[in-house]
Amino acid sequence: MIRQLLLLLRITRSTGIVRRYFVVNGFDGALSTLGLVMGFYVGNFSDTAVMFSACFGAAVALGISGVSSAYISESAEMKRSLAELQTSMATDLSGSPHVKAARTVPLIIALVNGLSPFCIALLIVSPLWLPSAWLPASLHLLEGCIALAFATIFLLGMFLGKVSGNLWLWSGIKAMLIAGATAGLILWLNV
Amino acid sequence: MSKVKGLVLDVLKPHLPNTLELANLLARQGSYRVKVTVEEVDEKTETLRVEVEGEDIDFDAIKRALTDSGASLHSIDAVVVEGGSD
Repeated sequence: MIRQLLLLLRITRSTGIVRRYFVVNGFDGALSTLGLVMGFYVGNFSDTAVMFSACFGAAVALGISGVSSAYISESAEMKRSLAELQTSMATDLSGSPHVKAARTVPLIIALVNGLSPFCIALLIVSPLWLPSAWLPASLHLLEGCIALAFATIFLLGMFLGKVSGNLWLWSGIKAMLIAGATAGLILWLNV
Repeated sequence: MSKVKGLVLDVLKPHLPNTLELANLLARQGSYRVKVTVEEVDEKTETLRVEVEGEDIDFDAIKRALTDSGASLHSIDAVVVEGGSD
């Protein structure tokens, strides 16, 4: 099944799109969650349950936004491409992998676009929902979340660097600088 | 019972799957020897000359394989058929 899905992605030249959506929306999820956590940090908030509910709600909203927006736009694009191909081929392509791809690939892209920010947001706030027995005793929860956000953003930048053939370390650092600027701005605006 | 020993087909296909994949798919239909020549390329499609050789070519399987890969059979340009004793 994985091989079939990879074929469908390949014949629609969508592998790059999936990669792009994973990074772009993943970045959105990471920065949004960092913003929320920074807000709680600056406000000296300590109710873990409320913080987690707020972050989880935001993660769900980002996920649904990602799934719906990507599905609507990619579905329309695939239908248009299929129609153009059928015109060029002067034949109905029913039963071909191209028709199957036009139905399936938008779903794959939508899932990646939605799951990426959702999972990344949940990862960043994991100190708030993991059992305390699993966490180091000295860990300050919000600071742990902030550190995880920076680490996740660094990894996303590193991934982009590898994909583009640039120095992965420098790409990771650039992404962290963006996260740092975001955190810094939130701190400064709340002083 | 006669046997089809060779076919030359005029085929139109999208760029993907590529020619090599198509040739492999056709060859797997019955251990055939397949030669594919790209005759024309445009923005979305390629026109191919597909030559299939085998001991007993199953034309329906070849047609199905072409359709399943999104290709379109335009014409049968040449056929080699060997008559057998009934």
